[in-house]
Amino acid sequence: MENPINKKEFVFTRESLKKKFRWSEFLSEKIITGVAFLSITIIVLIFFFVFKESIPIFYAKKKEPVKVETIQKQEQYGGESEQSQTNSSGQEQYGVTTNDTMMIENQARVEDTIVHGSDQATFKSLTGKQWLPVSDNPRYGLIPLFVGTLKITLIAMLFAAPIAILAALFSAAFAPYWMREIIKPAIELLAGFPSVVIGFFALMVMASFFQNIFGYDGRLNAFVGGVAMALAAIPIIFTITEDALTAVPRTYTEASLALGATRWQTALFVTLPAATPGIFAAVLLGIGRVFGETMIALMATGNAAMISANPFESVRTLAATIGAEMAEVVFGDTHYNVLFLIGSLLFVFNFSLNALAEFYVKGKLVKRFQGKQS
Amino acid sequence: MSRKKTITGGLFIGATAFSALLIIAIIIILLVVIIIGGKSTFSWEFLTAFPEDGMMKGGIFPAIYGTVLLVLIMSVAAVPFGTITAIYLTEYAHEKSILAQTIRFAVRTLATVPSIIFGLFGLGFFIKFIGTGMDDAFLGGQLKWGQPNILWASLTMALLTLPVVIVSVEEAIRTVPRELREASLALGATKWETIKRIVIPGSRSGIMTGTILAVSRGAGEVAPILFTGAAYYLATLPTSLSDQFMNLGYHIYIMATQSANVDQTLPIQFATTMVLLLLTFTLNLAAVIIRSRLRRKAK
Repeated sequence: MENPINKKEFVFTRESLKKKFRWSEFLSEKIITGVAFLSITIIVLIFFFVFKESIPIFYAKKKEPVKVETIQKQEQYGGESEQSQTNSSGQEQYGVTTNDTMMIENQARVEDTIVHGSDQATFKSLTGKQWLPVSDNPRYGLIPLFVGTLKITLIAMLFAAPIAILAALFSAAFAPYWMREIIKPAIELLAGFPSVVIGFFALMVMASFFQNIFGYDGRLNAFVGGVAMALAAIPIIFTITEDALTAVPRTYTEASLALGATRWQTALFVTLPAATPGIFAAVLLGIGRVFGETMIALMATGNAAMISANPFESVRTLAATIGAEMAEVVFGDTHYNVLFLIGSLLFVFNFSLNALAEFYVKGKLVKRFQGKQS
Repeated sequence: MSRKKTITGGLFIGATAFSALLIIAIIIILLVVIIIGGKSTFSWEFLTAFPEDGMMKGGIFPAIYGTVLLVLIMSVAAVPFGTITAIYLTEYAHEKSILAQTIRFAVRTLATVPSIIFGLFGLGFFIKFIGTGMDDAFLGGQLKWGQPNILWASLTMALLTLPVVIVSVEEAIRTVPRELREASLALGATKWETIKRIVIPGSRSGIMTGTILAVSRGAGEVAPILFTGAAYYLATLPTSLSDQFMNLGYHIYIMATQSANVDQTLPIQFATTMVLLLLTFTLNLAAVIIRSRLRRKAK
């Protein structure tokens, strides 16, 4: 202890232990951290810029006085063009059932009550039942678009969720190793199919195929679009469900098997319930995918904005509306702003779905596997 | 065990197996139908010729050229930034730090944002904000950058494919053994030197997978470029970044929905779809193979 020789060489002071400052290290770390912020920045910028372009809607009332003089005229034109619009859309939808005619009458009545909403998108006109942005008396009612989007999401999920979840269960619980090695890459390949290819397939092949089976009139409708979208949603639901199923601790399944349960009982009554939050997240993300899918909706749904519960009727989704109309719209027009508003709504909806899947569900899953909550 | 239960179990397992087979059957049917539909029109000339007679005849060369150019510019933008973000997440950030978790959340959100929103963002941010701003500042208001072109379309697409790159590279970096890093540090290399000499070379295959997947995604997406640069028909190939371009996916969409005579051009549509499908399929297959090798190595 008291040996004074060489003592100095082995003394580690605070100073000598400090990392040497190097510019290259400092810069590389700062640059890398800076770049990593990019993804956050992009999210913020996306929201800001998409929302920014829709802001003028909320100031639209200021324009109103200027247009008062022309309202009388517009009403006239609006009525006429309205007539032709419904006619042409009626032709497009081929089969106009009694239900529809009633609807059109209803719409006509509604139209009379909101004629004055010429070119502003107020809250009232945005919640209207008609989407007629390019007529002489434009109306920006988002309700039919919402109904169409929800309808197609529902149809897509009815197909995609059971198939994907069962297939994931097969892959995680029953399939032998070599089969799993085929199924998983195959699903990855399906995930890589461009949506425009699926849309084309739906438009050219599936539409005729289903028409032959069900014998409805309009080739393109919510059902065809929904089934096509299911193809896009299956890979997402499958992958996340599979992850959730394989994350269930082995002890769970082993305990169940040890108690005498068979493999299928274990899979159905132990593994599947344990992974519910993950499966829920998978379905949420699948819904998000379908909700925002543009190309399939554009190509396979017929794109007529109407409110109906019949799955074999044409629909127009929110995303398809943006895709179809943005190219022809006048920059800065109310129509342009409304399309950006739809974009903001889509973004907010998708963001919330993702956040819900991320925080609520994953938190729950982790807690459950740690045994804090049954 | 009772007989009834055995039957239920058999049915249940059968249902799951059927679902899995159904998915594989759908993939095969889709591939086969598109290939049968496009095979007869597909030829070397189809790939290398320009469209003729108002797109009724001829090839799709400009669309292929435009798509390749798009994914090239996109990769130049997306791959470096994606790789650096992945390096930050694996090497610098603490797993549990709020910043790292926020970035991860942002990346996942970015991956789920509908592609049409990227199109709107490209229009609102790149074209109207940056493009018009550049025109006002450098060209005195003359319209050059403030309109759809290939640069803005590629950058929009780069944002869309950024998460793809990040996720792939991150996965690859995690397969670089800890011991290698520690050995490098023990020999006196600094952190940055270790990353440059050990981590990045070790995850080269992951960066490649990420690039391939991003290219495949970028080649197939249409919604983001609908109004940021894709054109219906151009007689000349794009020569500068401020030109518009033709694109395979957009070509399919336009031909199938807005062409003057859909039935007459049907063979061309099928052949174009086949080209796009085979292109993305091959790229994805390559990525799957590289990745499965990587995963085996990691085990």
